[in-house]
Amino acid sequence: MAETILDFKNVCFSWKNSGRELLNLPELLVKQHDHVFLQGPSGSGKSTLLALVGGILVSESGTLKVLGTEIKSLSSSARDSFRVDHIGFIFQLFNLLPYLSIEENVILPLSFSKIRSKRAGRTKIDQVKEAHRLLKALGLGEQLAEKSPVTELSVGQQQRVAAARALIGNPELIIADEPTSALDADLRHSFLDLLFSECKKAGSTLLFVSHDSSLSELFKRKISMDEINNKVN
Amino acid sequence: MVNLFIRSLWNRRGTALLTIFSISVSVTLLLGVENIRKGVRTSFSSAVSGTDIIVGARGGSLQLLLYSIFRIGNAPNNLSWESYIEFNNDKRVKWTIPISLGDSHRGFRVLGTNQNYFKYFRYGSKKKLGFSKGKSFSKLFDAVIGSEVARNLNYQLNEDIIIAHGTGNKSFLKHDDRPFKVVGILRPTGTPVDQTVHVSLEGITAMHIDWESGAPPMEGESLSSEDILKRDLKSEEITSFLIGLKSKIHVFGLQREINTYKEEPLSAIMPGVALQELWNILRTAETGLRVISWFVLFTGLLGMLTALLSGLNERRREMAILRSVGAGPSTISFLLIFEAVFLTFTGILFGLCFLYITLFVSRPLLETYFGLFLPINPPSFKDLFLLGGIILAAMFMGIIPAFKAYRQSLVDGMTIRL
Repeated sequence: MAETILDFKNVCFSWKNSGRELLNLPELLVKQHDHVFLQGPSGSGKSTLLALVGGILVSESGTLKVLGTEIKSLSSSARDSFRVDHIGFIFQLFNLLPYLSIEENVILPLSFSKIRSKRAGRTKIDQVKEAHRLLKALGLGEQLAEKSPVTELSVGQQQRVAAARALIGNPELIIADEPTSALDADLRHSFLDLLFSECKKAGSTLLFVSHDSSLSELFKRKISMDEINNKVN
Repeated sequence: MVNLFIRSLWNRRGTALLTIFSISVSVTLLLGVENIRKGVRTSFSSAVSGTDIIVGARGGSLQLLLYSIFRIGNAPNNLSWESYIEFNNDKRVKWTIPISLGDSHRGFRVLGTNQNYFKYFRYGSKKKLGFSKGKSFSKLFDAVIGSEVARNLNYQLNEDIIIAHGTGNKSFLKHDDRPFKVVGILRPTGTPVDQTVHVSLEGITAMHIDWESGAPPMEGESLSSEDILKRDLKSEEITSFLIGLKSKIHVFGLQREINTYKEEPLSAIMPGVALQELWNILRTAETGLRVISWFVLFTGLLGMLTALLSGLNERRREMAILRSVGAGPSTISFLLIFEAVFLTFTGILFGLCFLYITLFVSRPLLETYFGLFLPINPPSFKDLFLLGGIILAAMFMGIIPAFKAYRQSLVDGMTIRL
């Protein structure tokens, strides 16, 4: 029996001032090692769902457990550390801090999380080694050796650095929010292949969010936002 | 975390440096004004010490102080030798120093006096005048020059100098028929003494023989120096005199007596009281300067606030990334407050360096051109208190962008798309 990573029950969320309901999720369950493709057009509540999982937003009713922890019960600073301890994020674009080097960008979460820091390596040197291993596995060995500034990387390379950052310290959950929408079609597949294999090695569960249904065939499990979200329009 | 802060700031070093620069300029100005104010006060106060009463012709007390001690301006009138002798012989008086002004040498004032000047005149914390070279005047055409006169005109002992009639730098009327010889150079005092040429009262009289009309004697009528020596050179008039009393108790009594002297209209002042009057006049200017420097400081801080606020929009992505890796909104707002404090603190440090460099560079210039001796002290307790206040103000200003960033990062979360 695999461990439950995400457990939504009757989760509702609406903006306080407008009162418009954005999310009404009767049920959603994600198990460990799942690779989930969450598909839906913009406005379907994808971003809200991710913000709820990340503890940026808090639901009004229902229960939302991440790794068995009820997010609502945590204080806001506890949610911040819970997020970095257990979740790695990859966004659509501009994932990197331009003033840090490639490897500094990758080890950035470690300075905010003791748990992931410990998993990545006992000493700072070990952690940097782990960052280098990930970057090489993601095909960035050359850029690393040349010490290229992150601003000179191509979009695809930047996204792979972001993937390495999400993966370092083996967080239980990787959330990828449209990470491939800025990439060319052939790059998308290679990026996904790398992401899959590294998630497998790290033992991380992957929640992949996209409106691009052409990618869905690569995933074992597909969820359509429109089907699970019962929001009243 | 600190590394992150430094790298982020380094990435925006252009604006950051400008902010630091504007704050440092305002700090320099603020402390500089305070420093010069204090310097002027000490400089003025140290020019005369140990003197109980200054006496001159009837006139304003400030004017009397300025011309007799600081060689600023001219005396409205002279006083008679008889009056001087009268008070010189008073039982309560310990010593007097006669002062006779009105001539100059290449822009430096010439002061006629007697040996009491070197014996009783005090400056700073009751320090006596001393000679760095030579000795006091003993012959009729001997002169003792202040250290600044010697330095500026590059004079050595035994140099012949020609004294000009009147006090302008470019006087056409010169006592060139009666040159004086430098016999002594005084040690630096940081007071107007440094800028003065001292001669004997007899020397002053001798210079002016045949000048009764106010113009040089006709050609051929001028007496030779040998002839002058045979004459009776008793002064008839002096400009003012300083009095030292045996006991301070008599200050008010003697002052009243002089002020109501029947034979001649005289003014007697106490240096401390006259100085106080000077401060009262200068206070307005000081306040003006201080207000201006406060406004400059305010502008500097406002500039920082503008830079921080306008930078916020560009930094939204940076903050969203930081949030995704676990930084809370409070961490992010703390970063901004810290940045404000850091910029101000660095600005203050630079400002202090700037101030002290300026002071060290300008000190000799001020001394030469204004006779102003600026003491260079480490920042006083009050200065440090002021600087602490500035940092506190910066912190409060930092709260504004910090609060905005807090709200922004709550709304944006991790998924800002630009």
